[in-house]
Amino acid sequence: MSIFVDENTKVIVQGLTGGQGRFHGLRNRDYGTKIVGGVTPGKGGTDVEGIPVFNSVKEAVAATGATASFVSVPPKFAAAAILEAAEGGITFIVCITEGIPAQDEAIIYNRLVEDFPGVRLLGPNCPGIISPGKCNIGITSGDIALAGGPVGIVSRSGTLTYQALYELSQQGIGQTTCVGIGGDPVPGTNFIDCLEAFEADPDTRAVMMIGEIGGSEEERAAAWIKLHMTKPVVSYIAGVTAPPGRKMGHAGAIISGSKGTAQAKMDALADAGVHVCLNPTEAGQKMGDIVKAL
Amino acid sequence: MDLFEYQGKQYFARYGIAVSPGDIADTVDQAVAVAERVGYPVVVKAQVKVGGRGKAGGVKLAANVEEVRLHAGNILGLDIKGHVVRRLWIERSSDIAKEYYASFTLDRLNKVHLGMLSAQGGVEIEVVAEENPEAIAFLSIDPVHGLDLATARRWVNEAELDEVAREQAATLLVHLYECYTHGDCDLAEINPLILTPDNKVHALDAKVTLDENASFRHPEWEEFRATEFDDPREKMAKEKGLNYIGLDGTVGIIANGAGLAMSTLDVVNQVGGTAANFLDIGGGANADVMAAALEVINADPKVKAIFVNIFGGITRVDDVAHGVLEALGRVSIASPIVLRLDGTNAVEGRAILAPHLSASLITEPTMMDAARRAVSLAKA
Repeated sequence: MSIFVDENTKVIVQGLTGGQGRFHGLRNRDYGTKIVGGVTPGKGGTDVEGIPVFNSVKEAVAATGATASFVSVPPKFAAAAILEAAEGGITFIVCITEGIPAQDEAIIYNRLVEDFPGVRLLGPNCPGIISPGKCNIGITSGDIALAGGPVGIVSRSGTLTYQALYELSQQGIGQTTCVGIGGDPVPGTNFIDCLEAFEADPDTRAVMMIGEIGGSEEERAAAWIKLHMTKPVVSYIAGVTAPPGRKMGHAGAIISGSKGTAQAKMDALADAGVHVCLNPTEAGQKMGDIVKAL
Repeated sequence: MDLFEYQGKQYFARYGIAVSPGDIADTVDQAVAVAERVGYPVVVKAQVKVGGRGKAGGVKLAANVEEVRLHAGNILGLDIKGHVVRRLWIERSSDIAKEYYASFTLDRLNKVHLGMLSAQGGVEIEVVAEENPEAIAFLSIDPVHGLDLATARRWVNEAELDEVAREQAATLLVHLYECYTHGDCDLAEINPLILTPDNKVHALDAKVTLDENASFRHPEWEEFRATEFDDPREKMAKEKGLNYIGLDGTVGIIANGAGLAMSTLDVVNQVGGTAANFLDIGGGANADVMAAALEVINADPKVKAIFVNIFGGITRVDDVAHGVLEALGRVSIASPIVLRLDGTNAVEGRAILAPHLSASLITEPTMMDAARRAVSLAKA
């Protein structure tokens, strides 16, 4: 099984007619994802290599029965696009857009919680989700993933998500689902949401968790793991050498005062029984050992 | 982007928050002119983006023109924790009856806005939080609904500000919240927020961090950019639109994605090297971006080897390869380049580079191999 998406998930792409939306939307379709439509206001009635384009999410949902949306629009329009998706009946929204103002993200997150409790937002500023062999929504290169499980991946960083997939696939270890939750300060989906889903998924037998400096989501995840997680977890936290007070690219990756350090996160995870590794390669090898022993 | 105090105060003033009358000065003569204009006594304040300037001698009271000359002369050029003072803020001195603290920031754990208000201001709020946490009134604010005056009134009561300050403080807090939200701040902090003996409430200091993701809707931020960087490497990188942080090591780092860039720093460190910088060329980096990144790294004389670590996602590795070749054609890169390329269009990217590989342009199959090679070249 997979979490959040599967081979039947019907997906629309908001921004399909843009450069990135087109490239990745088509690539997702080539991977086998059911990309059933695109949305660009004013371009309804046209198509992108056979994928029908609609003027609004509402129209697209009515015509295609899509339940998921891949939001690939510039930061200025992303908040409105996410809300339009929720209002249009989409229940799983993947937003890859980088550079959305934190104030907009805070409003969007709370609007969804208050008015659309059944909607899950993944991202913003995330690589998306891939369930190898079934569904790929976002910008992950499908050829680095391997179908069949038994590992679930959840990661705060895009490129480290790819690195994690690659490390496992190189060893012949498959993945059930790989979720990139994104590095922004207000992610729609957090570590615990994914850990919970992986814990409940019978095909997922171990979880790789990639974190980074900033915030305290990793610490909170550690507390959850300690209480609820029965499956082995391997973790890597990026930013051990990051200087305090400097944003390391991601708006969320900043060590503030004594909070948010990689060491504090690694300590909390180790205390929860997680296998904490020092780099992505070591994490991949550790997971290899665990999977062999399953 | 962190603002200087004077910029923060100017930003506050846009949102109707009372600040002391004053102006900036870059020379002793300018300082005197400002002091004459706002009236004595004045406070001469070093403008540096680092705490503890008072203890370092960067804040002085001046009662007359001689004292302004003396203090301005001493403070300009002063080194405060590695930050050299190049600009002063001269403002009319305020009599202080009480010092409070007020701030807004994002509560990342609960994904709401967090207001902090305390009747015990003027000292570091971290110290108050540690020693006397009940002296801080915390307020969680739903970003959808915002902060209204009625809530602000309850809040100032709860924080036990002096009776005479409460109504003014409540209004000021609503303005500060507007500044924080509409002004797209990551942090808007006033410490101290003061009550004067004649019962006026105003901001005596300003600490503002702006969310650069919101730049597109704030053309007025342009003036802050000119003063943003001390580090010339960071200034150059910013001009080229790169996400760069200068460090002290010898291995120049270029990676795509913040997480991978951080991880690259970590592995360089683990194999015995030191990173010269953090540089995330971001998603969708094209040839121009890659070329600009190599130029910035090349301008750092400490760099002895360059480690380019790319895992293509939205970034296409063939674009990166073109960028490397373009940069090599444009500038003479002083250090050897070690590349590790994987992900989207990696095969195409490696093929583009293959005919150009040499002792100064090397590829390695894995991130760890590339880190080891770069570190050994940096030490050679």
